[in-house]
Amino acid sequence: MTLGTPRHGSLAGKISCVIVAFPAANAPQNTGPRMSQTTAAPADKPWHEIVLAILKANDVKLIVYVPDRVLTKLIAALHVDSFFTVFAATREEEAVGVVSGAYMAGLRGAVLMQTSGFATLPNALASLVAPSQIPALLFVSERGTLGEFNLGQALVAKTMRPVLDALAIENHTITRHDELAFIVDRSIKQAYATQAPVVFILSPLLTGGKVFAA
Amino acid sequence: MSSAFHNLNVMSRLDLTRRLVALLKRDEAVIGGIGNANFDLWETGQRPQNFYMLGSMGLTIPIALGVAIAQPKRHVVALEGDGSLLMQLGCLTTVAMQAPKNLTIVVWDNGIYQITGSQPTASQSTADIVAIARGAGIANSAWAAEEGEFEKLMAGALDGGGPSLIAARIDGEPGVGKTERDPVAIRASFMRGIGGKK
Repeated sequence: MTLGTPRHGSLAGKISCVIVAFPAANAPQNTGPRMSQTTAAPADKPWHEIVLAILKANDVKLIVYVPDRVLTKLIAALHVDSFFTVFAATREEEAVGVVSGAYMAGLRGAVLMQTSGFATLPNALASLVAPSQIPALLFVSERGTLGEFNLGQALVAKTMRPVLDALAIENHTITRHDELAFIVDRSIKQAYATQAPVVFILSPLLTGGKVFAA
Repeated sequence: MSSAFHNLNVMSRLDLTRRLVALLKRDEAVIGGIGNANFDLWETGQRPQNFYMLGSMGLTIPIALGVAIAQPKRHVVALEGDGSLLMQLGCLTTVAMQAPKNLTIVVWDNGIYQITGSQPTASQSTADIVAIARGAGIANSAWAAEEGEFEKLMAGALDGGGPSLIAARIDGEPGVGKTERDPVAIRASFMRGIGGKK
């Protein structure tokens, strides 16, 4: 996949051969529930169950998060699964520090956050994760688009992909349920194989997002 | 001057770092915080179990917490400055909540941002690092009044029963060592040193 994968196909024409050809050559051809290579995570499960199964299949045991409404079910499921060590950090960069230390000591970890939390991270990414080549896995619940009601969130969201692209950090915006398992599973494997961080931006198209309670 | 300081000797960070390293007998991991904390750690000799931070100010303790969680049988020491800690005070509450027995936090408190021109930090006048740590939930937090007490507190902390925090008032001298500016080499060396590379 490419850096800065476009969200809604705005650039798809330029790179569609990369995006389409890669999974199609390896994935089952609509013959039933789509499975990731190693995880047995059927696509008819809710998105958060698929993410949990893929984390487990890739031996990602440490989960540090700063809470988000969209991630509530995922966080709750992680907390009750004894496979995982799960806790909240007070800031996103603190969480990145914890999973970086854990990785160096042999334990795989991921950070969960929302878009505004990502905006606190550029220093930790640019001065620890990227130069040290630490395969931090970051899951970002995407706010600020597709029905956002908070102008602050909408503006913060616009800083996310430019920051990631400026740092040449692999990032995928996941909009489609049927692509979730493949993208997350393959990208986690790539992160560890290449000692590189990866960011999964979970679109409201995937999660439903957070909508204004009228 | 804060009341917390009234009975404390002003010590040398390099001297205390040497004393600390001399107490390490079980391949303990040491995370040297950004700037002077890791410069003086470097000067004491490059143990394979040392990690030297070249950036990410404030993340010494979170990194140490991650190592401690990943390797509960290995003791982990975080060397942090007062300015860096004040940037990321919330991490003390996380440490207290997770309560790793194998984590010791050492705070070198000179009351200044030494490396940027010795501007005053809040700990020079009003903030008490040990009181903050206790308030965050790290009950085993103490000031070391002089070198002998520092060694005694450190030896006790290394025997387990953490998390603990030891704060020492130090002078305004800059760090002595010149840490190698190669983050990948530092990370790889540390991983080999603590068996983190699978």
